[in-house]
Amino acid sequence: MSNDWPLYEVFIRSRSGLEHKHVGSLHAADARMAVDHARDVYTRRQEGVSIWVVRSADIIASDPLEADSLFEPARDKVYRHPTFYTIPDEVKNL
Amino acid sequence: MSTVLHGAQSASIRSSSSQSEEELRPPLFQYLLRLGDTSLVLGQRLGEWVGHAPALEEDLGLANLSLDLIGQARLLLTYAGEIEGRGRNEDALAFLRDAPFFANLTLAEQPNGDFGRTIVRQYLLDAWQLELYEALQTSRDARLGSIAVKALKETRYHAHYSSGWLVRLGDGTAESRRRVVEALEDLWRFTDELFVADEVDERLARAGIAPALADLKPRWSARIDATLREATLERPAPSPYPWYGKLGVHTEHLGYMLAEMQHLQRTYPGAHW
Repeated sequence: MSNDWPLYEVFIRSRSGLEHKHVGSLHAADARMAVDHARDVYTRRQEGVSIWVVRSADIIASDPLEADSLFEPARDKVYRHPTFYTIPDEVKNL
Repeated sequence: MSTVLHGAQSASIRSSSSQSEEELRPPLFQYLLRLGDTSLVLGQRLGEWVGHAPALEEDLGLANLSLDLIGQARLLLTYAGEIEGRGRNEDALAFLRDAPFFANLTLAEQPNGDFGRTIVRQYLLDAWQLELYEALQTSRDARLGSIAVKALKETRYHAHYSSGWLVRLGDGTAESRRRVVEALEDLWRFTDELFVADEVDERLARAGIAPALADLKPRWSARIDATLREATLERPAPSPYPWYGKLGVHTEHLGYMLAEMQHLQRTYPGAHW
């Protein structure tokens, strides 16, 4: 039966003020059921205070085959990390 | 929400008599057994779905409901044992009583059947517990009141879950509709018992400990009607056949259920893990 239901991705906010994090996926017939299922499957041990669900089909993902061209070029750009720079003592509020 | 608001919105508890605490012990014990047994038996029934539900997600959902109900039963039966004052704890009450001494509503013990039937049974009882716990929050018995506050939060979710499914199945495919219609027609005859008050109910209502069951009925009815309408289902005709589960007179199903539930404690008395 669950094979007939579309897949949803589940995001849980563990505490107020923190961001929602992806925790997994589940099957549900509709959006309301997806939130209920997420509550029943992913918050049984007080994992969260807020739930987002989104149809997996609605997520637009990068292509793993393009990983080289997308992510490799950043590898040698160490100057993009703030730790690359030494901050003068005179600069107080950075 | 303030307590005052709650009192105004729910079937409120009215106290008007002076029965002594000692005089109220036997009916209070009986009353707690009825509530505790209803939660226990319904929880055990839902537990039977574990490993058999139509989807993994529903397996967990039903198990969550079951555990909430068994948690309520533990609080209520523990308190019942203390009120009785004969040294029986929650386990003694749950595992070492035979069917005629169980005081659950007859509806709660009805077999699971298919998923639709389980949902119908669940929603009829969820709606009842919703009104009951809402009213019990202002009970003059503070311990019962605090149990009701905790149970009400759980019950709100139970009703959300079961009403969601009832709408989905009733307003779903021809087959899902046929199944819930059959279950509704079949289980409806057990709903009269939910609101028939006996001396226990009346004495506790007079003492301000419990709501008058007659006050709960119109609220329950309105809630059920609204959900049935959304599910495009008809309310079955009334069938005032009396059931007396809360007086210990049960359908044949309870004995079989208890045989399984109590097997371990009966075979190895006092075993724990």
